Amino acid sequence: MARLLTYSDKDTWIHRLSGVTKLLFFLLWSVAGMLTYDTRVLLTMLVISLIMYKLSKTEWRQVGTVFKFILFFLCLNLLTIFAISPYQGTEIYGTKTEIVHLFWHYTLTREQLFYEFNIMLKYFTVIPVVLIFIVTTNPSEFAASLNRIGISYRAGYAVAIALRYVPDVQSDFTKIRHAQEARGIEMSSKASLYKRLKSMAAIIFPLIFSSMDRIDVVGNAMELRGFGKNKKRTWYSGKALTMNDYLVMAFVVIFCIGAMAVTFHDGSRFYNPFV
Amino acid sequence: MKPIIEFKDYTFKYRSQTEPTLRDINLSIYPGEKVLIVGPSGSGKSTLAHCINGLAPASFRGDVQGTLRVKDTDPAEAGIFGMSKIVGTVLQDTDGQFIGLTVAEDIAFALENDCVEQGEMFDRVKKVADVVDVRKLLDHAPTELSGGQKQRVSMAGVMVDDVDILLFDEPLANLDPATGKRAIDLIDQIRKNRNATVVIIEHRLEDVLYREVDRIIVIGEGRVVADASPDELLCGDVLGQEGIREPLYITALKHAGCTITPQTHPAHIDTIDLKPYKEQVKAWFETVKLSEKTPLPETALEILDLDFAYISGKPVLRDIRMKVAKGEMLAIVGKNGAGKSTLSNLICGFVNPDNGEIRLNDENIGGLSIKERGERIGLVMQNPNQMISKPMIYDEVALGLRVRGVPEEEVQERVYRTLKICGLYPFRNWPVSALSFGQKKRVTIASILVMDPDILILDEPTAGQDYRHYTEIMEFLKKINEEQGITIIMITHDMHLMLEYTDRSVVIADGKLLADDTPARVLTDDNIAERAYLKKTSLYDLAVRCGIEDPSAFVERFIYYERQVR
Repeated sequence: MARLLTYSDKDTWIHRLSGVTKLLFFLLWSVAGMLTYDTRVLLTMLVISLIMYKLSKTEWRQVGTVFKFILFFLCLNLLTIFAISPYQGTEIYGTKTEIVHLFWHYTLTREQLFYEFNIMLKYFTVIPVVLIFIVTTNPSEFAASLNRIGISYRAGYAVAIALRYVPDVQSDFTKIRHAQEARGIEMSSKASLYKRLKSMAAIIFPLIFSSMDRIDVVGNAMELRGFGKNKKRTWYSGKALTMNDYLVMAFVVIFCIGAMAVTFHDGSRFYNPFV
Repeated sequence: MKPIIEFKDYTFKYRSQTEPTLRDINLSIYPGEKVLIVGPSGSGKSTLAHCINGLAPASFRGDVQGTLRVKDTDPAEAGIFGMSKIVGTVLQDTDGQFIGLTVAEDIAFALENDCVEQGEMFDRVKKVADVVDVRKLLDHAPTELSGGQKQRVSMAGVMVDDVDILLFDEPLANLDPATGKRAIDLIDQIRKNRNATVVIIEHRLEDVLYREVDRIIVIGEGRVVADASPDELLCGDVLGQEGIREPLYITALKHAGCTITPQTHPAHIDTIDLKPYKEQVKAWFETVKLSEKTPLPETALEILDLDFAYISGKPVLRDIRMKVAKGEMLAIVGKNGAGKSTLSNLICGFVNPDNGEIRLNDENIGGLSIKERGERIGLVMQNPNQMISKPMIYDEVALGLRVRGVPEEEVQERVYRTLKICGLYPFRNWPVSALSFGQKKRVTIASILVMDPDILILDEPTAGQDYRHYTEIMEFLKKINEEQGITIIMITHDMHLMLEYTDRSVVIADGKLLADDTPARVLTDDNIAERAYLKKTSLYDLAVRCGIEDPSAFVERFIYYERQVR
């Protein structure tokens, strides 16, 4: 649990990239993925994403749980779209090829299937990139690079310090939960959901109070060592941008422009195989 | 010579309080001195430290009268940042003050804030890491470090700045005895190599005196009560009057009727001249007679061949076998991370053993859930803030009964009875937030006692408490042990607690049960002390140096005598 979705120190060229580069890549990539419905573009992006996932040496156990969680929402999303507007695909592509009539006014069409397939592709082009970004970016280095592109170091450091204390809070949580369970507060699935939510309070309050103690100490410790003294600060784990960084940034900018050009050249965001 | 720290008629009052916390302080500390400041909780000794490093009045608001100069600077004017170049502060919470994600980043933190270039930072971090011997750990995350290592990192983090004054705020609070001893050694080395002025605030006097201290300043109720060399101070009664524990060998000498003089250099057990006292100590040893202890026949808890590992192949506990008798008060000791807490987790059922059996009153409890065990074995955590979840004292104590569906009339009856036992009945309608730390601790004990458990397990019941609070908590536990007949197991590394309040200690080292014996014997055994990160008691050295043949019998008699006179 402790290692889930946190930075892990491996030595690949993706890890060596600056946090800024990865952030820029991630942002542009997501925007492109959201804007385009062009299946050819999406498939290209998917292939690139998967290659990068492989290159980053990310292990399934680092991201598996989160991936399943996202997958659940993806399925929910797809079903909801069908339930609310079963003929969205027909409207977009202008044809109606029925496959089978389901019930009431729900008929499954090829167009709808294709439309929802595109939505699924969008998810799959962005998910690997998000996961890679999280597990390959050293938080302190990321804070440093945020600072370099002009964001206040206080904001950047807030992220880093939160990550520093996550394991501590996790272990506090386990300890508190055990102690409260021993006092008779049922946290297992034997209790009803409402009861469990209510018992959460018995853990959350002590957790908040002991975390407040911690914040006091950290605040004083930081101030005693001069945090916030100057407008600027330097970073022990900061990285200068390398050739690779510029290459990756150039690639993502050009790729996104290209992707937008292909997507919008006929005035529609959709690639239409039906006409 | 000109003092580096100079208080003149200095008075400090917190905004939130009506009375000043420090009154008319006149105190000079000279460059290169090593000064120990002692005093009970609430005496103002921490406030004194905050005034030196600028936290007061910048962070802790308050009004100042009189003057304070630290290296010709007024901390109130210079502020925290200005003072951070002069005074390096190491806080007592080694965990909380670790800011960086790795050791190297944490050491570099002050440099980063000073905009030092990256290349220079690398050099300086390496150099200071060598001084405190953490060079190999530079890439490690805080969770991978032991308490002692974390403290070394904290020291490196303030030393990287070339400060003139090193200020330690209770550096021993969270360390086991052997690690504490090493910390004191390191502080001493640093002072010698850097010629820095060292100010240590601590109430574990004997542990600090392990290495030479120039002066001890005793603070009581906001005033300087004594300012003397250790040799002089240990001869007087000031420490006892202010509620500070003297070194045990001094107490023993006093019990033996010796009049201690500064000429005999009583500051260290190794260097004290015992000639004038020897015969008296021997004679006293002969007069103290132990009473026969009747063994407690019934077994409350039995652990049989217990094995446990979080990750298979890496056993945390191996082959643990032990018995706890009904009505016993027992200590489980060992260094941090030896598996003490894991053992209590196993007993409470938070984790399940790979092998072996746990029996309560001759019944295997392996099949019982956490909740079911909780009715018979109560666990009190170290920090009361980690347990208290209700705003009102009554509700907090009633919680365990209410979730078990006990009718409200019975709840009230049992809660009131428990509150009376715990001396909290007058506060029954108070909010928890109005209580002191020690009182909160009692609330958490009450909230467990109310369920009438057979066994009470306490994790570090006295950690971070001064002598007065320590005595208060322990006397209370002794009372409920004697009057309610409840069996008490304490997980601790406080050697005084073992000696003074338990009849038996179970020592765990590297996952194995190393010893199960009387505290007197455990704390006089070199081998055990070394492997379990304990420290041999100074009573042992006293006995040996006085030519007493059976030192552990001497310790035993000392404890017995102490309990009689208390």
